[in-house]
Amino acid sequence: MTAHFLKLEWKQYFRSSYWQKSIFLNILLGFFALYFMASFLIIGIGGYYILKDQFPNQDPLVVVNSFLMYVIIGDLIFRYIMQKLPVMNIKPLLTLPVNKNKIVHFILMKSAISIFNLFSLFFYIPFAVVLILNGYDSTGVLAWLFSMILLTQSANFFNFLINKNSRVFAGLIAILIIGYVIHKFDIFNLAGFIGEGFDAVYNNPVYALIFLVLLIFLYNFNYRQLRNEVYLDALISQEVKFAKSADLSFTDRFGDIAPFVKNDLRLMMRNKRTKSSLWMLLMGLLYEVFYTQPIYADMEVIFVLVGIFSTGIFLMNFGQFIPAWDSSYYKMLMSQNIKYERYLTSKFMLMTISIVVLFILGIPYVYFGWKILAVHFAAMIYNIGVNTHVILFGGSFNRKKINLDEKAAFNYQGTGAVQWLIGIPLMLFPMGLFWLISWLINFESAVITLLILGFAGIALHKNLMTIITKKYQDSKYKMIHAFNQEN
Amino acid sequence: MIQITQLSKKYGTTEVLNINSLDIPTGQSFGLVGNNGAGKTTFFNILLDLVRPTTGSIISHDFQVNTTEEWKTFTGSFIDESFLIGYLTPEEYFEFIGDLRGMNKADVDAFVAKFEEFFNGEIVGKKKYLRDLSKGNQKKVGIIAAMMGNPKLIILDEPFANLDPTTQIRLKKIIKELTENREITVLISSHDLTHVTEVCERIVVLEKGKIVKDIQTSAETLQELESYFAV
Repeated sequence: MTAHFLKLEWKQYFRSSYWQKSIFLNILLGFFALYFMASFLIIGIGGYYILKDQFPNQDPLVVVNSFLMYVIIGDLIFRYIMQKLPVMNIKPLLTLPVNKNKIVHFILMKSAISIFNLFSLFFYIPFAVVLILNGYDSTGVLAWLFSMILLTQSANFFNFLINKNSRVFAGLIAILIIGYVIHKFDIFNLAGFIGEGFDAVYNNPVYALIFLVLLIFLYNFNYRQLRNEVYLDALISQEVKFAKSADLSFTDRFGDIAPFVKNDLRLMMRNKRTKSSLWMLLMGLLYEVFYTQPIYADMEVIFVLVGIFSTGIFLMNFGQFIPAWDSSYYKMLMSQNIKYERYLTSKFMLMTISIVVLFILGIPYVYFGWKILAVHFAAMIYNIGVNTHVILFGGSFNRKKINLDEKAAFNYQGTGAVQWLIGIPLMLFPMGLFWLISWLINFESAVITLLILGFAGIALHKNLMTIITKKYQDSKYKMIHAFNQEN
Repeated sequence: MIQITQLSKKYGTTEVLNINSLDIPTGQSFGLVGNNGAGKTTFFNILLDLVRPTTGSIISHDFQVNTTEEWKTFTGSFIDESFLIGYLTPEEYFEFIGDLRGMNKADVDAFVAKFEEFFNGEIVGKKKYLRDLSKGNQKKVGIIAAMMGNPKLIILDEPFANLDPTTQIRLKKIIKELTENREITVLISSHDLTHVTEVCERIVVLEKGKIVKDIQTSAETLQELESYFAV
């Protein structure tokens, strides 16, 4: 039976039109995975020696243990954002003579070999080997390693239990921050305290059984929960959320583009995929922590990168999928009496507003030097004048439908070559130009060049929009056809 | 008045539609029937300029549909659920379509209120997103939205499918009222011969993209159609 399931999974993966269309993307993801594995492997092997070198008076294993709390919570947070719940299309199986228990076990076991559980092994296993080679008690080390593997698996199943519960998620972040703060101010070393527990596992291998019990408990809990859901009513009667209507009448001041602005705001607030994009706005601001690193203090080109990115993160996240956001009802839009230009202008407005707001939020970083603010201002103008138009133009090449109900992180639906190529003019071009001019002339001229380009774009906005609109009109039928295809 | 000349559509070498000539006068209730793959939806898609014809053209009230966009101001349509915006509530959707068709909030409310009976209390004020409505209720929203803003031409693909019997009867009444004054042209496709003969004064049968019958509805029409399709 398991063989049947595996075959189904295999076919589902390789026969999805999505896989067949984007081999390039899959290869790229494969490289990322390899990169992470290699990094973990190197840290795993070298970790012991690095710690020995940095903290000669401490036992490296104890040092590692005292950080494990952060690792575990970090892992959970990472999983919460990135990991998908294990799913399988069980509907067609329900009426067939297939044991329901088996289906559930299969789904759960499948998740146990997820890539998220494998990554950390690339650190733990070599680290344990190095420990044994350096004369640590091998039974103790193996018990420790065993506990780590069990913990990773427990994290896997715990994640399914908390998934979608943002309160638990907030709790995790709170523990992380509080643990760090009380340690910093020498009130209590929570991580160290938990670390002592892991030390105990090494000293007394029997304690590893505690983690086995934990894993069995979590597995069973998951099993019982899932087993209850192997019925159609769990599948069909998805909980209906009551519509929340925010008052968007303030958008009326946008005049004839108001209906579209309103629609886009609702689009963003009410769909999973777009909601997670909103979270990424925060990440954009966090990007600016680069500046706290003194190495970057004099690399002005980095200012441009951060400036473009932090003010333009919404522009890029939202803009790259115009008009695919509206792909599920694109036919309707095209049969309505709308002016294409208004539709596009509304997207332009939203992006511009986000750029300005993000710039204002980033002003405090002026603390790290006035040059940063100057570059960010230029980057803002460049984003408004040039990048918005570039990304709108790039959008006319979008041919992939987006399913709004799916999460954003690690979701590459709708991604095509366009999304990768568009990054070049958006970020590399201004960086290169800035670098060249500041090298040839000076910093001020480089800033002014970006400003001039940005203002030129703003001045030519009307003409640029006409060209872009024309491009969209030309690709209308192709887009309608493409958006009709399921991925 | 819709004039169709030399219209054809080919995908590769397969011809899915070939209409030599067809005129639909203003105010007519026009029914299109045919088996799966007969070209009904393709025809409507071309009529709405969602698909380009391989040859020929459609002129709708003096505007050629694939060269101008003027026809959009007087054409309302509902082809399938992909015409709906899933994350809006029905009220918001009506407001959005109303906005595009030059109606203000009060117009929209008044318009929607007229169809209270048709909605059967399952649409308005339920605080549900369109994506969470049943197929039938989604269809009701789409059909009514297609009638917004005083269109001269209304195109409905399979309007009776997925509707409950009560709503089907109500819909037939609504369509009959629309064409009463002979100002609004209604184009309907359907697999249900009874409904279409009841509502439409003219019925065209498509088979493999070609017109094989063009009938002015009479008492014998239903029987004629049934014997045609009973192969």
